[in-house]
Amino acid sequence: MSREFWKAFARNRGAIIGLIILAGVVFLALFADLLYPTSPWDMVTRPFAPPLSAGTLMGSDTLGRDIASGIAHGARVSLLIGLTSTAAALLIGVTLGALAGFYGGRVDDAIMRFTELFQTIPNFVLAVMLVAIFTPSITSVTASIAIVSWPPLARLARGEFLSLRSREFVQAAITTGQSTPSIILREILPNSMSPIIVAASLTVATAILLESALSFLGLGDPNMMSWGYMIGASRTVMRQAWWMSFFPGVAILITVLAINLVGEGLNDALNPKLARKGKG
Amino acid sequence: MSETDNVVLDVRGLTISLPEGAERAHAVEDVNFTIAENELLCIVGESGSGKSMTAHAIMGLLPAPHVKVADGEAILNGRDVFTRSEAEQRAMRGGDVGMIFQEPMTALNPLMRVGEQIDEALRAHADMDAARRRERVLELLAAVGLPDPESLRRSYPFRLSGGQRQRVMIAMALALEPRLLIADEPTTALDVTTQKQILELIQRMQRELGMAVMFITHDFGVVAEIADRVAVMQEGRCVEIGTADEVLNRPQHPYTRELIAAVPHYIEHRDAFNREGEPLLDAQNVRKVFSLGGGFLRRGRELVAADDVSLTIHPGETVGIVGESGSGKSTLGRCLLGLHRADGGQIVFDGTDLNRLGRRAFHPFRQRIQMVFQDPYASLNPRYKVGRIVAQGPLAFGTPRSEAYARARELLELVGLDASAAERFPHEFSGGQRQRISIARALALDPELLVADEPVSALDVSVQTQVLDLLDDIRHRLGLAMMFITHDLRVAAQVSDTIAVMQTGRIVEVGTSKEVFSNPQHPYTQELLAAIPGQNWEIPEDLRHLRAQRARTPRGADA
Repeated sequence: MSREFWKAFARNRGAIIGLIILAGVVFLALFADLLYPTSPWDMVTRPFAPPLSAGTLMGSDTLGRDIASGIAHGARVSLLIGLTSTAAALLIGVTLGALAGFYGGRVDDAIMRFTELFQTIPNFVLAVMLVAIFTPSITSVTASIAIVSWPPLARLARGEFLSLRSREFVQAAITTGQSTPSIILREILPNSMSPIIVAASLTVATAILLESALSFLGLGDPNMMSWGYMIGASRTVMRQAWWMSFFPGVAILITVLAINLVGEGLNDALNPKLARKGKG
Repeated sequence: MSETDNVVLDVRGLTISLPEGAERAHAVEDVNFTIAENELLCIVGESGSGKSMTAHAIMGLLPAPHVKVADGEAILNGRDVFTRSEAEQRAMRGGDVGMIFQEPMTALNPLMRVGEQIDEALRAHADMDAARRRERVLELLAAVGLPDPESLRRSYPFRLSGGQRQRVMIAMALALEPRLLIADEPTTALDVTTQKQILELIQRMQRELGMAVMFITHDFGVVAEIADRVAVMQEGRCVEIGTADEVLNRPQHPYTRELIAAVPHYIEHRDAFNREGEPLLDAQNVRKVFSLGGGFLRRGRELVAADDVSLTIHPGETVGIVGESGSGKSTLGRCLLGLHRADGGQIVFDGTDLNRLGRRAFHPFRQRIQMVFQDPYASLNPRYKVGRIVAQGPLAFGTPRSEAYARARELLELVGLDASAAERFPHEFSGGQRQRISIARALALDPELLVADEPVSALDVSVQTQVLDLLDDIRHRLGLAMMFITHDLRVAAQVSDTIAVMQTGRIVEVGTSKEVFSNPQHPYTQELLAAIPGQNWEIPEDLRHLRAQRARTPRGADA
């Protein structure tokens, strides 16, 4: 099972590249304190130092802070928020979607109307509003990203449950006297996980983008260095000092791209029927 | 019947190779046959025998580049089909050769009007102006027996029934009066009464156009009904070919003999069942209505799936429920199991009305009523090992783990599998083996009543017989009562003591298997019986014997 999984995953070369980049980002996040022991907020050199000058790799910003250090420490925030908010979104989305799909009827109606309520408000506007209300902090940013990210996951889980619910092996589980929680958790959920995992991997990428956008607007956690904040802070000097916004921008681009590639690889590996199409 | 010189298709030494790593190297190996004008050749075989591959090769529809013709030729109109260019092949398809597919529900483009789809073939191949083509479409629709061609021409496929769609498919295939018609299991997805009409239509069109017809089927009843000549295929080889009379009545090859012996038929050897004592199950006036397309505030259309259905099952009795699709037979079975809640009536099982019980109160009865499902590929959870699947019932009822797994192994042996099957996943088994696992799962709870919902309709004939024999054997050994739901009267007659015939949600006739089969009372039952293909053909005496013998001596076969 798992060997087949890796084989299918490895067949997608992009996915392997994505995985390597992602491993690099994780490494950066884990060892940021060792690589750049001083706080990324500290002024370590002269302001406006271009890349590879004044003892910096990627130059310094308007206050003389090391950009490379900011990127290493920012990786932490991006990954942390991306993963925790996706986990929270999964918990909300899959639970609601599963209940809606399994019970159908009125329960389904009620849950799906509730879901649509969230979907009708533009994601970003809602996230900005929530962070603004709850004052920016890492918790409120994570929570607000989770709140805007769960509806698509709920819809997906609902669809999977709806179709698996009427499958004969689920009916067999009912007739052999399994309890409802056992049917939901042990019969249906494992069979619906593949598309949900794939969707979740892409949700991580969106969450990182959302976090960057929030920080760009100055709505990130004021105590944590983040890529979005770095771009936001240097946008006024973009013409004089391109490196200040360029490197964090590239960091966001590469990370999101890597996650998307991994997500695609997961899709190939977990949904073999789709993967075979077009690849022969 | 026809030893004419007008050979339309001459297939010589056809060999089709499969990609590496497939079950065998060749899908089809060294197949030879000819079809003449006015002749209907039936190609019979079980799934995987290469019969469809042969047809697809002739049509140039093989899934290239993985599967391709490795050797041989198919001569149509004096030229080899396989050496023709793509453009020539395209001209041939629809022009000289027409094809009808198995699944009428998916063979038509759902977004195109019926008339346009037929018109497409004419536009591609014939030099006709729009008015002439329109006339021809109407002509064709009328010729295949569709009512009101003018309005039908403008309808979309979803408005048509399965039988009507198959007629449209036939009209499309015949649009250019092909010399050869290839029909790939054209009636398998249809009800038996519709099947009869379609078979008649194909025969009539053949006579009118003098076509050669290559008819692929797995059903010997159909073969007996329509074939002039028969070719029997097994694992890619043509093992026997001859006139219908030769193959059906004096089969030579052991495989043909086995297939014919496996054809379900009413068996006399069954002892009459004596209904004694209290019924185990007594269903009274059961009614079930589904509402379709209803929304939050509006009410949907109502569909009565079961209407005033009354039925009793005694301990040890097998009751066959027979009906066409949509007759409510599955709904009835599901009501007994509590998968659907009946809207009215009583379902009294051993003194308790199941229909009034809530979820919790129903729980103990789950153990006593079990179900075997239709689709062996969908009824086993692909994520769990077979042992866990079979043991799931006892585990849910609190049997200790080790005991439940030990019992699962025993049951797997009882249904003719090896105990080591418990350690494997469902996808490692064939359809027949999976159905055995499904039966083992149902038996794990020691039920008193087994509801079998079309348990063999997804299986090949020879496997079908083995599973039927297994069910028959088990119910005798364990004294089970069984409700056997099927669309096939022959299968029902073979396993049931009592038969109930359902039509549009009502039971129209109940009687012993013998009564219903030999002296049907209700016109619908008579119609159903009359529609069974191949009535005039009797399974040869020596083979009947073989079958009856096998039914009595159960064996652990490798279905």
